[in-house]
Amino acid sequence: MKHKAIVIGTSAGGVEALKIVLKDLETNIEFPIIIVIHIKERTDGFSNIYKGLNKLTIKEAEDKEDIKNGVIYFAPSNYHLSIEDDYTFSLSVEEKINYSRPSIDVLFESAAEVYMDGLLGIILTGANSDGALGFEKIEKLGGECIVQDPEEAYFDVMPLSTLKCVSTCKIMNLNLINRYIKELGGKNL
Amino acid sequence: MNEKELLEIENIELKLLSEAIYLRYGYDFKDYTKSHLKRRVLRRVKLDDLKNITQLTERLLYDRNALEQILLDLSINVTEMFRFPQFFKDLRENVIPILKTYPSVNIWHAGCSTGEEVISMAILLKEEGLLNRVNIYATDINKKVLEIAKEGIYPIEEVKKWTKNYQNTGGKKSFSDYYVAKYDHAIFDQDLLKNVTFLEHNLVIDKTFIDANLIICRNVLIYFNKKLQNQVLELFEESLIPGGLVGIGSKENLRFTSVNENFESITAASKIYKKKIGC
Repeated sequence: MKHKAIVIGTSAGGVEALKIVLKDLETNIEFPIIIVIHIKERTDGFSNIYKGLNKLTIKEAEDKEDIKNGVIYFAPSNYHLSIEDDYTFSLSVEEKINYSRPSIDVLFESAAEVYMDGLLGIILTGANSDGALGFEKIEKLGGECIVQDPEEAYFDVMPLSTLKCVSTCKIMNLNLINRYIKELGGKNL
Repeated sequence: MNEKELLEIENIELKLLSEAIYLRYGYDFKDYTKSHLKRRVLRRVKLDDLKNITQLTERLLYDRNALEQILLDLSINVTEMFRFPQFFKDLRENVIPILKTYPSVNIWHAGCSTGEEVISMAILLKEEGLLNRVNIYATDINKKVLEIAKEGIYPIEEVKKWTKNYQNTGGKKSFSDYYVAKYDHAIFDQDLLKNVTFLEHNLVIDKTFIDANLIICRNVLIYFNKKLQNQVLELFEESLIPGGLVGIGSKENLRFTSVNENFESITAASKIYKKKIGC
């Protein structure tokens, strides 16, 4: 399976979890990493939190922007983020879904339809069940799913509700997920 | 059938639905972003307990009431007063001084939805002593939301958040000066709307109708694909006087569009652009 994109969804506890998952990634990551994290609106964006964590560009996804390999994108606060067939982002301010905007399901479902079996979806710690339906769709369309080990997760609701929706999911701790992504980068060289 | 085939069928059904709405009623959603269109349509399919998109298409063809519903579904009417306060702060500090140099001013709110932003603008203009010199044209594709906008009556529970937004824009008065609370509603001062004309206007097919000094269109273009976005921005360009201004959503920008060359940004934080003289 050739990975074309990674999508990550997380909620409570996610800021710290991502610091491990994204640590020391090298520029050989030849796919985009697109992240939805439920977090209170912040004006300085996400790039500051993760500055210097790895060698990749980290930025907020913009409407109609071309999705580039080797870039880590965050959904902007208060907008749903989707992926279009022409590999661009689109935003929406429609109602919250699963009490969340951005919603992980919105990103995952649209990404699954575009990247199909080239998509890797990852769910980390979180206190609600957003992302579970999106995960189901990723699996149905041939993508790969990884869930953070609920035992390790700061909040296990999100990993556990996701595990209920899929059958072929890998369970890993944060360090393993980090290593897994690095190895995918190596393979793409 | 496998999942990929089902997805392919669903995508065909979605195209047929857009085509059916277009052929039957003339509303053109074919260049809305696919993810948005699909999410909203599937949501309606689920809410109405239908089997698939095709069943919704059939209903749409035979039942005009179903059209009204889908129009509401497809135009996102999530809005608030003084949303993203920095935008209104920038209007107050950077745009109002420009508007003050004109003897009369036309403002176009494109996609005004239920009117919260129109009232926000009217409050701002009133505080800056401009309200009597301004004509506001507030347009939307949707008749139902325009009716709400004309009334200027909103649920009181929203007002608390709006009050905070207002204060963050550098508001000069108490927000409660602008409405009367009655039961669970806030009734806004109709005087604010005296120079406002509400019109049905479809950005996809309708043409320009004014020479505008300022166009506000926030969080509308995000639902259009690149082609339609360019088309609408060109309509705005045509509708603006030289040196006229356009304000779009804080996460939208002109950078990826066909009109980028003809506009310059005048504010750092919020997305307000000026049409270059000579364009």
